[in-house]
Amino acid sequence: MAQSQEEILAGLADIINEETGLEQEAVQLDKTFTEDLDIDSLSMMTIVVNAEEKFGVRIPDEQVKNLQTVRDAVDFIHGAQD
Amino acid sequence: MSGDRPRPTLRTIRGPEFSAILGIGDHRPERVVGNDEIVRYIDSTDEWIRERSGIAARRQAGPDESLVDMSVSAAQAALDAAGVAADRVGAVIVATISHDVQTPAAATLVADRIGAGHAAAYDLGAACSGFTYGIATADDLVRSGRAEHVLVIGAEKLSDYRNPYDRGTAFVFGDGAGAALVGPSTTPGISATVWGADGSGAPLISQSVGWNAARAAWFRDTAEHGLDAAGGELPPPARVNPEATDTYWPYLTMQGPSVFRWAAYQMAPVALEAIEAAGITPDDLDVFVPHQANTRIIDALVKKIGLPDRVVVARDDLADMANTSAASIPLATARLLREGRAKSGDLALLMGFGAGLTWAAQVVVLP
Repeated sequence: MAQSQEEILAGLADIINEETGLEQEAVQLDKTFTEDLDIDSLSMMTIVVNAEEKFGVRIPDEQVKNLQTVRDAVDFIHGAQD
Repeated sequence: MSGDRPRPTLRTIRGPEFSAILGIGDHRPERVVGNDEIVRYIDSTDEWIRERSGIAARRQAGPDESLVDMSVSAAQAALDAAGVAADRVGAVIVATISHDVQTPAAATLVADRIGAGHAAAYDLGAACSGFTYGIATADDLVRSGRAEHVLVIGAEKLSDYRNPYDRGTAFVFGDGAGAALVGPSTTPGISATVWGADGSGAPLISQSVGWNAARAAWFRDTAEHGLDAAGGELPPPARVNPEATDTYWPYLTMQGPSVFRWAAYQMAPVALEAIEAAGITPDDLDVFVPHQANTRIIDALVKKIGLPDRVVVARDDLADMANTSAASIPLATARLLREGRAKSGDLALLMGFGAGLTWAAQVVVLP
């Protein structure tokens, strides 16, 4: 069942918190993973794998590099759930 | 029509019921190359490299120290540890991707130099899974009666294929060799290997060009621009034009994040399958020796497999030997035994994974 974008954002924030220790409130739609949140490419893959499991979607490797901002990720997951 | 003649039944061979690793040895080149030396050629720092990979240093073979030299040294150490004479070795397998000629195989030279007489000898190309593929093969050769003892050597001189200008891989690879002698045993010493390959993942870890393409690029560019265009020296490695190095020489390439994702999350089920195939549980293990590729892969595997904290996990070799492909598992195992962190009789899960893609895992009783 498709989740709302707010639910996806909250879930993503939990996953990022678990991987990096970053506070959930810091994970906002306009933040970039690399620059703003300081998430490296390997942590990003861990987040992606955990997001796939949590949201029941498939996020291929070639798609990951297109996910620059938290909004990109939320939109992709939301679209993939439909 | 052969109907009138009795049809003979072919004679076949049978071997002992069980095999085991009887001795392990290693060879570490003397020269230590720290991250400080690596970052002279790439935009990176020691801290960045350690954080991403867990690698602090690697060894580099001397200019006159060949892959065969390293293999002979490790093989001799394994024979000595086992207390078995070289003339009782029936087959020598060198797992490698960096022997610098395509023929003859490194293994034939190694067999000759260690005094293994006319033992069968061949190289095995399964990259970072090469050693565990080799142990699987040796287990079968011994138990079939094909060979009384089999030497499995993992040896790499990856410094020859390391691109010093690629910030994603310049720090990754190292040189070294490790060897195991496999022979008959009265009790099971090597469990059923779980192995496989997936060529659809080949681009994740490969070479920048093949030999023919490298030669063609070299001739094309030097014909067009003169020798200076390529630095005035034949490759390899560092004197040529950094912008074009990867077209003149088949450097190892790797899509780091994708490899991380594959190894960290798809290899844990392989490990669990190998543990189940051995008829044990993760709680029964004493030691885990994964291929030494990246500390964050190892961390993820330990977590996903659910290894108890008391299980000794090989990590030190990654820190100061870096990724030595087929050599990493026997190198790390030899070290754990030498330092007393693992002991004879311990149950160790060995797991190789890498280019191909290939993977192989088995549980062994340490010698």
